[in-house]
Amino acid sequence: MNQVISAYSGIKPGQAWVNGGIEYRDENFITFAEFIKPFFKRLNLGYPKFYKMDPLSKLGFIASELIFKHIDLDLYDKKRVGIVLANSSSSLDSDLVHQESINNRSHYFPSPSVFVYTLPNIMIGEICIRHQLKGENAFLISEKFESSLLFNFVNELFLNNRVDVCLTGWVDLLKEQFEALMMFVEPTGLAITEENSGMLLPFSEETMDDLYKKM
Amino acid sequence: MEELIEKLKREVIEQLNLEDISPEDIEADSPLFGEGLGLDSIDALELIVLLEKNYGLKIEDPKDGKKIFHSIRTMAEYITEHKKA
Amino acid sequence: MRPVYIASDNIITSLGASTFANMEALKAGQIGIRMTSDLNLFPSPLPLSLVDSELLEEQFLYILKYYKKNVGLTAYTRLEKLLIISIHDAISQISQNFNDPGTLFVLSTTKGNIDLLEERYKTQFQHRRIYLWEMAKTVGDFFGFANTPLIISNACISGIMALMTAFRYLRMGMYDQAVVSGGDILSEFVISGFQSFQSISSTPCRPYDIGRDGLSLGEGAGTMVLTTGIEKNSGSLVRIGGAATSNDANHISGPSRTGEELGFAFTDAMKEAALSPGDIGFINAHGTATPFNDEMESKAIGEAGLLESPVNSFKGYWGHTLGAAGLIESVASVHALQDQMLIRSAGFESLGVSEHIRVIAANEKKKMSSCLKSASGFGGCNAAIIFEKDNV
Repeated sequence: MNQVISAYSGIKPGQAWVNGGIEYRDENFITFAEFIKPFFKRLNLGYPKFYKMDPLSKLGFIASELIFKHIDLDLYDKKRVGIVLANSSSSLDSDLVHQESINNRSHYFPSPSVFVYTLPNIMIGEICIRHQLKGENAFLISEKFESSLLFNFVNELFLNNRVDVCLTGWVDLLKEQFEALMMFVEPTGLAITEENSGMLLPFSEETMDDLYKKM
Repeated sequence: MEELIEKLKREVIEQLNLEDISPEDIEADSPLFGEGLGLDSIDALELIVLLEKNYGLKIEDPKDGKKIFHSIRTMAEYITEHKKA
Repeated sequence: MRPVYIASDNIITSLGASTFANMEALKAGQIGIRMTSDLNLFPSPLPLSLVDSELLEEQFLYILKYYKKNVGLTAYTRLEKLLIISIHDAISQISQNFNDPGTLFVLSTTKGNIDLLEERYKTQFQHRRIYLWEMAKTVGDFFGFANTPLIISNACISGIMALMTAFRYLRMGMYDQAVVSGGDILSEFVISGFQSFQSISSTPCRPYDIGRDGLSLGEGAGTMVLTTGIEKNSGSLVRIGGAATSNDANHISGPSRTGEELGFAFTDAMKEAALSPGDIGFINAHGTATPFNDEMESKAIGEAGLLESPVNSFKGYWGHTLGAAGLIESVASVHALQDQMLIRSAGFESLGVSEHIRVIAANEKKKMSSCLKSASGFGGCNAAIIFEKDNV
């Protein structure tokens, strides 16, 4: 069984792209917050829940929304859409915020809306809620982007028929350092349309390494 | 009371990350939960934190929350009543 | 596809540092959750399930000598010590080489060395030990494992997912054996967070009970060694029959209103194991004793047609050990299956959920050939795994 990457998106400081083409550019920001907010508004998604997300989840959410502009999720059984994501710093960005709120015993106000984001898989939850995806989901950790980590996991899901299609990627953020690479993987036969037949990429470690290098 | 209500509106917007909402958009007597602002269970817990952080008021029984956080006005009334202590 | 067997295991918790000690405690109804006053953890006393620190240091000193490591106790964090003790106990039960590329090392944790964010540890450890991959590498390198650890950090279902992933890779022939370990420590970070959710009970938790009012937090580590080569062990063999995950897609901290998504995980795991609800000897569910979780689980059990299966939660004994829970509770479930025993669901007196699930109220012998373990977590995730016994 062969799979292809039928859509992919990337975000790094200052720019975002989808399927190899620039989607958004902004060189005039200083913080992640200043970058992502106008980008979100530009996308016109009408999803105010976005504002409650922590930076890591915002990054993953937007990266996935860029993909879903090109993929019609209603074509699939939502119980069989997989999501497999990974990163290096887990939820350290929000961890530091939560730790800050409890460092001073005389000003001790831990916040549930911060604490809930001190788990990296919440990002997956946000994507699932947005699109009602109920299938296999996993969050993995590695020091650097490892195509084999994601490939093995996703490949096995296809081989053993646990998913029909799968969203996979690397979403890492710590303060003002951030990068996201998101890919939509589906069986070759399912994916080909008139629109995209020219740009389907084989789902493989080499392809993923290549996409990551090009970021 | 009106001053407290306006202050509370701003504080709620900030504590709950209600982007794109300004104090004018919130009616003092409208239910906070249900329709309107679309607040959820985490928001309810955050309002408990807000009362403690900004007004030093600790809600002993979270079940009292429903009454206290019904609207901005009921929150203001609770604060006015208990701050005397 | 090759069958995947459990070759050995370990549990380390407030109830002891071996599977045997923990199982004996469970059968005797011993609760590991105790009222604890520790200003480093929380401003006021709370029921917590803490690993005995003296026992921890004593066990770890022994291990340092055993492996001829020339370092002191302060070279490893609390979590690393728990994991290393647990892994050592499990692998030393088998005469096998674990340092070859055919051995997969899977680690499950929600927060890793999160206590290192505290001021008091700032100078003791390098900042990079906070990263889960650095912590995992430290543990793996201790034993000389050949492969980079495969790390799962997926909230409270991480432990089951670690077993599931090892099972999936082993049956395909990607590896010959796997050391699967999960651990989490109690910390101010975690306790304060759950407290902000108003979800901690002021007494030891009571899963499924009508008076339940929240969870109890705990810490520990659990390990399973999985193998595809059938080991001639004493006791009969238990293997993994199937596993699945799903997502509620409802809310990031509150569970599904219908429980049907957890139900999917149950059903998919059973389908993979080619079992029907009547085959399941018992369900060890998540049972955190929060009003919403237990209610959702009862619905899920109903959705999956499993209302006839006896159900228990182990959280009344160990509290909620987060990233360790899936491992610790799976080990105990496997041993209960081997012993053909239904273990009482600690903290339970009368049913407080809307579906009529059969909560185990007293220890009981039962002839059974399989059990189902499940978990749910923040982010709406669910996992289920099935263990099967070949000879009953």
